[in-house]
Amino acid sequence: MLNSNLYGNQMTVKDLMEALDLTLFNSETSLDREIKGGYVSDLLSDVMGFAKEGEVWVTLQTHKNVAAIASLKELACVIIVKGGKFDDDTLRHAEEEGIPMLGTKLETFEIAGRIYQLLNAKP
Amino acid sequence: MKQFKADLHIHTLLSPCGDLDMTPGNIIEQARIKGLDIVGITDHNSTLHGELTSYYSTQRDVFVLCGAEVTTKEEVHCLAFFENFSKLKIFQSYIDENLPDIPNSPDFFGDQVQIDKDLNIIYEEPRLLTSALNVNIEEVALKVHELDGIFIPAHIDKSKNSILSQLGFIPFDLQYEALELSKFGDVDKIKKEHPYLQNCTFLRSSDAHFLEDIGTSFSIFEMETRSFEEIKMALKQQNNRKVILV
Repeated sequence: MLNSNLYGNQMTVKDLMEALDLTLFNSETSLDREIKGGYVSDLLSDVMGFAKEGEVWVTLQTHKNVAAIASLKELACVIIVKGGKFDDDTLRHAEEEGIPMLGTKLETFEIAGRIYQLLNAKP
Repeated sequence: MKQFKADLHIHTLLSPCGDLDMTPGNIIEQARIKGLDIVGITDHNSTLHGELTSYYSTQRDVFVLCGAEVTTKEEVHCLAFFENFSKLKIFQSYIDENLPDIPNSPDFFGDQVQIDKDLNIIYEEPRLLTSALNVNIEEVALKVHELDGIFIPAHIDKSKNSILSQLGFIPFDLQYEALELSKFGDVDKIKKEHPYLQNCTFLRSSDAHFLEDIGTSFSIFEMETRSFEEIKMALKQQNNRKVILV
């Protein structure tokens, strides 16, 4: 089977949520989006420049520009680390744009490693 | 209208990275030598040296704008200035409430000391002043404006700790009086990349941490006289006052 991502496995946002026990902060829309890869950065200028469409973005930034940039770059979803909470207007904006906003208690290194493993797991 | 030479971004020895020669007295002396009419005192997350610098300024005909360079939750550096010591004090309490309890390591980051007129150390800040406050940029801007202050995102052209590096673009509903450029910041390039900033006021300052850096970058304020209100009007381009970018 031909996958549209560079990795071994096809996964949706919903698959990722279930596999990593992620919290969903907004409504259940766009959860069927395919994860094509990941990007880890807390510099929004860097994400604007280098993240690619369909990637999951792992960050600890909570500002509303996170939602705007996720929408602009057509990212699959955003994960906030270390049990953080997005600002209220960030969630409002993400809701309007239909971007799943997720959370984990894990630190960036841990969650990024697990996502990478899931995308590359041998059957 | 008269023209005044202003460098609004200067650290004292209270900032961990500020040189120990950056005493309020030395800063005013150097400002006078460099022909500056106005200086801004902007330590990292602290306003404590504003009053002492103002004391020296009255003897030397240099106008002091008292404030701080705050680090917001997003790690964006922003300048904040206030009209009088009582408002400065209220803002200091706001900083104290929101500065995380991460201790400074003087050997690594530098000393964070407040001095008096006789150069005695009267206070040492135990918390690392370069930490990010627990409040986001909009909350800080709101607090500054509640106190009728001036809010200026700092060195926006830099690739670290600037509003553009941290947030990608300037939030459209953020209230600010002006945007600061560092020494080599190219205003045309910024306006080209961010067309929504066409009518903004830009200024340039030195971000001095050493005496010899003071006044190496500055802006010209065109206004009637040197006062907080006049400076604010110039930044807001009101009543024919303006800031000329050098």
